[in-house]
Amino acid sequence: MNLVFRWAWLPRLAQGLALTLELTGLSMALGAAFGIVLALVRVYAKGPLMPLYGLASAYVHFFRGTPLLVQLMALYYGLPTLGVAMSPFTASLLALTLNTAAYQAEYFRGAIQSVKSGQMLAARALGLTRLQAIRYVVLPQALRLVIPPWSNELVYMMKGSAVVYLVGVLELMGQAKNIAAREFRNFEVYIVVALFYLALVFLFTVILRFVENRTRIPGLGVPGRP
Amino acid sequence: MLLRVEDLHKRYGKEEVLRGVSFSLEKGETKVIIGPSGTGKSTLLRCINRLTEPDRGRVFLEDVEITSPRVNINKIRAQIGFVFQDFNLFTHLTALDNVRLGLMRVKGLSKKEATERAMRELARVGLADKAKAYPAELSGGQQQRVSIARALAMDPKLILFDEPTSALDPELIGEVLSVMVELAQSGMTMLVVTHEMGFARSVADEIIFMEKGVIVEQGPPEQLFKSPKHPRTVEFLRRITELYGGEK
Ligand SMILES: Nc1ncnc2c1ncn2[C@@H]1O[C@H](COP(=O)(O)OP(=O)(O)O)[C@@H](O)[C@H]1O
Ligand SMILES: [Mg+2]
Repeated sequence: MNLVFRWAWLPRLAQGLALTLELTGLSMALGAAFGIVLALVRVYAKGPLMPLYGLASAYVHFFRGTPLLVQLMALYYGLPTLGVAMSPFTASLLALTLNTAAYQAEYFRGAIQSVKSGQMLAARALGLTRLQAIRYVVLPQALRLVIPPWSNELVYMMKGSAVVYLVGVLELMGQAKNIAAREFRNFEVYIVVALFYLALVFLFTVILRFVENRTRIPGLGVPGRP
Repeated sequence: MLLRVEDLHKRYGKEEVLRGVSFSLEKGETKVIIGPSGTGKSTLLRCINRLTEPDRGRVFLEDVEITSPRVNINKIRAQIGFVFQDFNLFTHLTALDNVRLGLMRVKGLSKKEATERAMRELARVGLADKAKAYPAELSGGQQQRVSIARALAMDPKLILFDEPTSALDPELIGEVLSVMVELAQSGMTMLVVTHEMGFARSVADEIIFMEKGVIVEQGPPEQLFKSPKHPRTVEFLRRITELYGGEK
């Protein structure tokens, strides 16, 4: 077998890589913000806010219960028929964000619920409002607990973001597809791209391990790790 | 009168946990609540600062009705310390930050003022040198002393203690009790649920014996321990002496 790799592919692949990073980073960050809100609503909503609980739950079930690809297509092709036109990038970012928000909401909810109830009680006994107790006591602990599942979600979304080449976004996968089609070097191009993805996964893992260690509470073990 | 509890009722499902509890506390007084487990002692304390909402009855702190729906309960809670059986220190914060949190976020003190105040309270419970330690790095006795410092820092009118030594290894109980004894002697108003009869005898102005959601008998320790009137009290004291040993 005669494998051919060309340096000339690299600038395009690097552009694709940058776009993959941008899509992943933005959707994960926006998804985290939205996911935390969804989780807080699902854990704490009561009384007059109860309808929000229903909405948040329906949202989470819908987006976790349908394929990302279907969500992307529905957004990209569906919204223009409603008179909302979006660039492929915007539609992709939106789809990725809405999707990961639902998953992240579940991770955040789990983390919030594993903060011991005595923490909230002690905070309220001091005179902190519910929101203050959430902000200063519950969330700082929950955010630490959520790092391991959140790392998995990050890796998953980074790989999952490849589907957006289907609406014409030239991220890593899109660039690879183009180069491969032009040069008839499918195997080689995809090997290089796979290595790019692998390098990204490695990078994310290292960064998040670092964050996890930096935020570790002295004296406490990390749940799930010996 | 600093605290007045009137006819408190609380029900969980079919079970009536508090069935009309009334008592009061003068400024500077220490009262100790004793009684079998499951009797509603914790529920009573939590109803006092409305960590649990009572179904019926009223609670007054000085002239303010805490149980009124119009009251700002956060303002009230800031004036009532609460010490939990299992400490409930904020696990992600150092001892210093545990004590500072309420000072900064509830009382609005600057970081500098809060630090000074918090360090003074930590020194008062003998833990100034542990200011930078996290709860998981402290012994149970030290954690409970930090939680007392956290309560004290808020300048409470009253501190509620819910079995503050029950989660501690026997050799650590003494350090917490001695902090509490000093507090009582310094004039702090305290309502303490405990099985520590030695503490009750030496510090309490009055003992309240509760059973099944009602106060069965109350009186000065001398009278209640030496000549209890109610057969239920006699029975409880006999059992508690078997469990925890006689008086020293
Ligand atoms: N949040 C709750 N929900 C349901 N039942 C409760 C709750 N808290 C306490 N109880 C019940 O109320 C009774 C009194 O509990 P508690 O006040 O903790 O008693 P004590 O502190 O005297 O041991 C117990 O039977 C307990 O199971
Ligand atoms: Mg109790």
